[in-house]
Amino acid sequence: MPAYQPWNEDQAALVIAAGQDQPGATLPILHAIQAAFGCVPTDAIPMIARALNLSRAEVHGIVTFYHEFRRTPPGRHILKLCRAEACQAVGADGVARHAKDRLRADWHETSADGAVTLEPVFCLGLCAIGPAALIDDEPLARLTPERLDAVLESAS
Amino acid sequence: MTRVFVPRDAAAIALGANAVAAALTPHATVVRTGSRGMFWLEPMIEVETPTGRIAYGPIAAADVPGLLVAGALTGGAHPLRLGAPNAIPFLARQTRLTFSRCGVVDPLSLNDYRATGGLKGLARARDIGPEATIEAVLKSGLRGRGGAGFPTGIKWKTVADAIGARKYVVCNADEGDSGTFADRMLMEGDPFHLIEGIAIAMFAVGATQGYVYTRSEYPHAIATFDAALRTAREAGILYPGFDIEQRVGAGAYVCGEETSLLESLEGRRGQVRAKPPLPAHRGLFGQPTVVNNVITLATVPVILADGPDAYQALGMGRSRGTKPIQLAGNIRFAGLFEAGFGVTLGELVNDIGGGTLSGRPVRAVQVGGPLGAYFPPALFDTKFDYEAFAAKDGLIGHGGIVVFDDTVDMARQARFAMEFCSAESCGKCTPCRIGSVRGKETVDKILAGINVDANLELLRDLCHTMKFGSLCALGGFIPYPVLSAMDYFPEDFRAPIRQAAE
Repeated sequence: MPAYQPWNEDQAALVIAAGQDQPGATLPILHAIQAAFGCVPTDAIPMIARALNLSRAEVHGIVTFYHEFRRTPPGRHILKLCRAEACQAVGADGVARHAKDRLRADWHETSADGAVTLEPVFCLGLCAIGPAALIDDEPLARLTPERLDAVLESAS
Repeated sequence: MTRVFVPRDAAAIALGANAVAAALTPHATVVRTGSRGMFWLEPMIEVETPTGRIAYGPIAAADVPGLLVAGALTGGAHPLRLGAPNAIPFLARQTRLTFSRCGVVDPLSLNDYRATGGLKGLARARDIGPEATIEAVLKSGLRGRGGAGFPTGIKWKTVADAIGARKYVVCNADEGDSGTFADRMLMEGDPFHLIEGIAIAMFAVGATQGYVYTRSEYPHAIATFDAALRTAREAGILYPGFDIEQRVGAGAYVCGEETSLLESLEGRRGQVRAKPPLPAHRGLFGQPTVVNNVITLATVPVILADGPDAYQALGMGRSRGTKPIQLAGNIRFAGLFEAGFGVTLGELVNDIGGGTLSGRPVRAVQVGGPLGAYFPPALFDTKFDYEAFAAKDGLIGHGGIVVFDDTVDMARQARFAMEFCSAESCGKCTPCRIGSVRGKETVDKILAGINVDANLELLRDLCHTMKFGSLCALGGFIPYPVLSAMDYFPEDFRAPIRQAAE
């Protein structure tokens, strides 16, 4: 499971400086910030804006446009459940309902014990072996409520 | 030690391939490959024997001791023995050109790549020069495999003829359509093939920088492709002064649309640009840019190496060559099937795909991703061809076929289409941004039994507005699944007991 650092302005400045000179630097920088801190913290936005000569509003607009970028740190694990048609055809909706019930969390929320953040995704390219998911970049296939329970059991 | 080939494709890993590889490692030289694309047999291992490879599958790590006892390392008999992989009917019926190496070679071995004919296309292009290279692509009849089907050679010629300070080749690897995984499989199973295709495109149009925009939902493809790029750079496959870089998307479906993708690459919100100007004239950073799908570019080396005539000879009508078709959803033999255009939908679903996985009757298939129409079995005589699908108000798109059995509720699927569009709309044009929200609300009213006739008419009218008034294919094509659900499955929109069932 990925280990994220708490917010650290000096570290963020280093991450931004490392990426700011490439053409079209915004997305690579946002990915690098999220890889370091688990999300794109509000404090990072004016720093990115300054480095790229953009307004804070522009950077805010970019961060909120893309589903991948989080504004708050995730739980210890991230479960991305596929919601798209090929997985729907083999029971993804039932798996999603079960995940929400078990974690007592809606989409983009984290279970109360901080273990798992639940996120919807539209297609993981595992459409031949659905319902599919990723848990911390580890692919999961042919999910059933029981199989999901077993996965979540070992994710604490 | 005997060499055993075990896939490292994300789908095979999801089914336990890493544990199988670990269990085999003390007993054999394990070579990780891409996937052959027969996912009901994954993890499928292949043992190298003097008479060729012998496949076993699907294998769990717990099967490994039994396989060893049965002499599987010499091709011995076992209930999971499948025989020669190329003789498995699903593979034997295919014409694998773009995917010829996928599942066969170590995707990160440049030696494997060279030994199986790799880099011949690039060498040929350099021999004959940029103009003749474009001419070969034109002659092959290759059309954009991302879905739009625009002739690749014409796009390349436009960029080659355009004047710009520098030119770009952008590879669209934002494979967002549900039911598609061809780009992912290729990038994980034969990444040098894509690199060679991009290098040929860059050479042909005079570009110095290539970008591959890969979706963030594909962590394995991203890692494999980055590793292959490093190797290609070190080996000097790319001339000095030429480079290819991978960029990662961030979960926006609309970035698969080419102008939105360019905005995203430039570091902005992925909002669609109005055309003209075409990206071929003013694309990335305002410069002439080729934007091609992964499969389009990965087909180019084959065309150059074997000549355009061989490729052109396959297919039907104006759809030339092969199309990697992806069988997905509720289907027994799910996987990748590369064949010349012209196979019927019924053959693909029933004959090759073996019908549903659940064993229930097929009720609907969605072809071409979330923007594709739902076809009932009555349309199964439709041939897989750009024009044949368009004539029936459908699209082949990126070649994904998602099968549903008779438990599907088509009104729900229509609602999902509108909901998906409202979540993924870039917001630039009103028909898509507002229309999708109103469309979802209208389907909800129909589902609740409120003024059903009037609301069905309203929904149809809204679809018409979206189809002809939207700026790009997202708002413009989302009416296809909605209207086809209404036209072919009208009974689902009038179920009186629906609320009770909820």
